[in-house]
Amino acid sequence: MMILELYIFVLAAFVGFMVITKVPPLLHTPLMSATNAISGISLVGSLVAAGGKHGQVATILGFVAVVCATANIVGGFLITDRMLKMFKRDVPASHAASKQ
Amino acid sequence: MRDHIVQLTYVIASVLFILGLRSLTHPDKARRGMQFAALGMLVAVCGTLVNHDIVDYRWIISGLILGTLIGYPLGMWVPTTALPQRIAMSLSFGALAATLVGVSEYYNAFHGGGGDIETAKMMALGFEVLLGSLTVTGALMAFGKLQELLPSQPITYRGQNLVNAVLFLGAVGLLVTVVVNPAAAYAFYGMMGIAALLGVLMVIPIGGADMPVVVALLNSYCGLAAAATGFALGNSILIICGALDGASGFLLSIAMSKAMNRSFSNVLFGAFGGGPATAAIATSGAPVRSISAEDAGMLLAYAQRVIIIPGYGMAVAQAQHTVRELAEQIEKRGGEVKYAIHPVAGRMPGHMNVLLAEANVPYDRLYDMDEINGEFPQTDVALVIGANDVVNPAARSDPASPIYGMPILDADKAKHVIVLKRGMAAGFAGIENALFNAASTSMLFGDAKASLVKLVSEVKNA
Repeated sequence: MMILELYIFVLAAFVGFMVITKVPPLLHTPLMSATNAISGISLVGSLVAAGGKHGQVATILGFVAVVCATANIVGGFLITDRMLKMFKRDVPASHAASKQ
Repeated sequence: MRDHIVQLTYVIASVLFILGLRSLTHPDKARRGMQFAALGMLVAVCGTLVNHDIVDYRWIISGLILGTLIGYPLGMWVPTTALPQRIAMSLSFGALAATLVGVSEYYNAFHGGGGDIETAKMMALGFEVLLGSLTVTGALMAFGKLQELLPSQPITYRGQNLVNAVLFLGAVGLLVTVVVNPAAAYAFYGMMGIAALLGVLMVIPIGGADMPVVVALLNSYCGLAAAATGFALGNSILIICGALDGASGFLLSIAMSKAMNRSFSNVLFGAFGGGPATAAIATSGAPVRSISAEDAGMLLAYAQRVIIIPGYGMAVAQAQHTVRELAEQIEKRGGEVKYAIHPVAGRMPGHMNVLLAEANVPYDRLYDMDEINGEFPQTDVALVIGANDVVNPAARSDPASPIYGMPILDADKAKHVIVLKRGMAAGFAGIENALFNAASTSMLFGDAKASLVKLVSEVKNA
């Protein structure tokens, strides 16, 4: 029935737990925006709903879903990148001051 | 053949996503890793577009364009102080997308001539729509509270938990009904409505300082809804991403609850700060000593070791840049400055770290609670900026305190403590803070940013 799907889910959840426990609190906000962007993958489901031959209701619902998912993907990856760009190592104080 | 290509793009995307998340274990590698993850997303979307189920591209193209137009400002223009509400909003978007796909699948099965839905698929659809619509409204409420469109205090009434429990059971009952008899459209849409209502009712009793837990928990629900979509559509990449998202949200909410020494159920059902119990806390009665900016500046100028403890108040005052300037002035005079970050400081996990990183504070100066707590006894000045409950020693010593047992930053062990605070109002939880009455503590009253500007010039001229 859905045994294969269940396998995938359980194994992916394990991988998720292993990988994410190692993310330091320092990067918890980028982590949230990153997983948010990645879960925008529901776009692939929305695309089929919006472009399939299932009638008008499905198309409209699919269209709204495509908009939401795309906004999450674009916004999510951009903001994650913007945040990660800010995390810098220590630079000599004189250098930091000269940037003022 | 075409299907195999699609599946192959999904495999590539999954690998890149996992590697991207793994890269987040270190700030130096994180950026590159996430760029690869974005590439993975592009591959998966392009792969899907060649899917032969898609016959009409007009709506897809306009949806992609409109979504990009909305997403770009959400990514590039939102200030870091507004990150918590920004995340809450995108959780709502993500859950809405999942819910709508679920509704469209269900609708097609009966109105599009698809016929019956098998039990397993119906169950997946049911979960998807239940979790999805609950997250849509819950995240919207969280957004409203964080954006201060709604009062951030907990809203409580008698029998609140009972009402929520009844609604929850009702939603589950309708879920069972629609699984047994998929044609029962009233049950499907009824369940959706009740779940949406439940999302609102579950978040209104939760106060501002508990938001990190709620946002993380909604993140987890959003992931599970996406995974359920994957089950319903038989789409493996959706299941994988949903599981990753769900796991991340779940781990974060556990970490946040632990940092407040509270269980999930306590956060969700125990509306903090509204109860009469807090009124019973006796103050020590010791006088609070206030300090002038000049004297505080002197203390900081001659301090060898300084630890700065930022809280939500710093975010509200947008004072992170001034904090960095102050740190630079102290360092110029030979002092050493570190930052102590409590896991629940701010309104979302890791909020303070991003704010300080934005202000060009190097990330190796930002320390977690466990790393830095041992250093307070050797610290000359602990500077508390807009933080309150996370430095309240009552959490260690007073079993009657509502926050008793919560791990705190041991600011009170420093030789001098300077607290920047707007006025003598109690913290979010409505609890008196024994730190403010301690002999080593001086209060510098006023707007955090204005006080910091004064401190910068005092230290400079000292």
